[in-house]
Amino acid sequence: MINTAVELAGIKLKNPVLTASGTFGYGYEYARFFDLSRLGALVVKTLTLEPRKGNPPPRITETPCGMLNAVGLENPGAERFIREILPGLKQYPVPLIVSIAGCSVEEYATMARLMTSAGSIDALEVNISCPNVKAGGIAFGTVPEMAAEVIRVVRLNTDLPIIAKLTPNVTDIAGIAVVVVEAGADAVSLINTVTGMVIDIERRRPVLANQVGGLSGPAIRPIAIRAVWQVYRAVKVPIIGMGGIMEARDAIEFMLAGARAVAVGTANLVNPLAADNVVRGIEEYLASHGISDVNELVGAAHGKED
Amino acid sequence: MSFIVEAEIIHNHKVAEGCYSLAFRAPEIAESAQPGQFVHLRCSRTFDPLLRRPLGIQGIDRRDGLVKVLYQVVGKGTGLLSGFEPGSRVNVLGPLGCGFTLPAGARRVALIAGGLGIAPLCFLYETLAEQRIEAVVFHGVRSAGQALAPDLLPPVADRVLMAADDGSLGYHGSVVKLFETYAGQEPFDFFFAAGPSPMLRALSIVAKEYHLPGEVSLEERMGCGIGACLCCNCRTRGEDGWRYSRVCADGPVFPVEEVVWP
Repeated sequence: MINTAVELAGIKLKNPVLTASGTFGYGYEYARFFDLSRLGALVVKTLTLEPRKGNPPPRITETPCGMLNAVGLENPGAERFIREILPGLKQYPVPLIVSIAGCSVEEYATMARLMTSAGSIDALEVNISCPNVKAGGIAFGTVPEMAAEVIRVVRLNTDLPIIAKLTPNVTDIAGIAVVVVEAGADAVSLINTVTGMVIDIERRRPVLANQVGGLSGPAIRPIAIRAVWQVYRAVKVPIIGMGGIMEARDAIEFMLAGARAVAVGTANLVNPLAADNVVRGIEEYLASHGISDVNELVGAAHGKED
Repeated sequence: MSFIVEAEIIHNHKVAEGCYSLAFRAPEIAESAQPGQFVHLRCSRTFDPLLRRPLGIQGIDRRDGLVKVLYQVVGKGTGLLSGFEPGSRVNVLGPLGCGFTLPAGARRVALIAGGLGIAPLCFLYETLAEQRIEAVVFHGVRSAGQALAPDLLPPVADRVLMAADDGSLGYHGSVVKLFETYAGQEPFDFFFAAGPSPMLRALSIVAKEYHLPGEVSLEERMGCGIGACLCCNCRTRGEDGWRYSRVCADGPVFPVEEVVWP
């Protein structure tokens, strides 16, 4: 009997495969392609207190082995999510992680309170790393004091497990991880997208209306693996690794670097079955390599401590 | 209902300058596809290029389970696609999106296509013909070399009016101008259009002038194609003036009066 279950900040997951926020909508778009209860947990698109329209189009452009997006946290807002979307999400027998963001520390606090009192949410992912909004998002995630302050107020306003979502657009991601854990984060997820730009050489202007966007897909995987590796050495809390996971081998690479769970993101846009395929592929890897517990993979690439 | 199919390619050949016709066997898709819907194709087994390519369905053959599309070779993805051999497989997600809606009581409609916008209108034409709704096709191309052979167009040659931007075929000028010369004289009840955004925008102004209701099929860069990633959003009328709608899932077809043009 092979164990694929992992524990993440007090939540029991039947396997380590999550969806990356923003790439899986609110779940139902994918429920027509596979049984969502196959997943370890569902992470839904980031919510803010007020509805957000997001950025003007074009919001997406393709890059070598990747894509650049600037959706800008378009979402229906907390109230409509709780009223109209959450009841539908409850029907899936899978842990639900809600991603929250705010333009101010107070907004993060309010969001934490609202989502906690909404019930049937298993954990909060605190997005302090979206590169595509002017206020909030990444502005909180790049300055250690600000990142810690956001997590501290969220901690004061929820008893749910807190996952801090970190940006790679910093000099020292491990340093940010350390301060958010000290501030009360129960886990960290990384990486959010890498800031990038594409210029149309005919129009001689940036392709995206927002000019800059977040790079994702296999192109950023080595950056993400390195980040997970460094953070694993810096903090004790579980890491959710992500960044260009297209198939099971990529997920296993993240786990070896130190991730206890992984999130499938951009791959969902290419293949709606990608996350389910990763679940199956991890099972096959464990079986074919004679590994009885998926937890044995976590951090295994670091070898024995000196 | 949408499907993910490893579809066998029946044919994939050049039909005009830079333009290819692709047919593949996907009975599930052929069975349920409606005019105006699209399929989302992977152009590579690798992850470069990464994303799928959305292509409007040009026609289906339900008996043989075939789906036909047209595509222009514009970059790496469509370049790779043009090399797919008959007998090989292409990964197809579809049918996707909301298609055209036939207006109740319409007897005579205009179909207005810019470039490969002709594809979804070919499919629509067949449905209109089944319901004995008369259709006149206006088809604009940049140059005669991009015009499709008559057997790829709706089967009523005398009612397909061509326009070429460079004057090398049919009307000299844009398809919108061509349509405008008829709009005042012919009693259309409704129009359906597909093509690049600037063309559709110009058409919306003409249609408004002639009080002609219609639907337009929008083109936008897409991510998932199933309404999750919100990358292809366009502006439509809504509370406080406008809101964003998803071209892939709320569209690609919208009533012309709902679109807020960029």
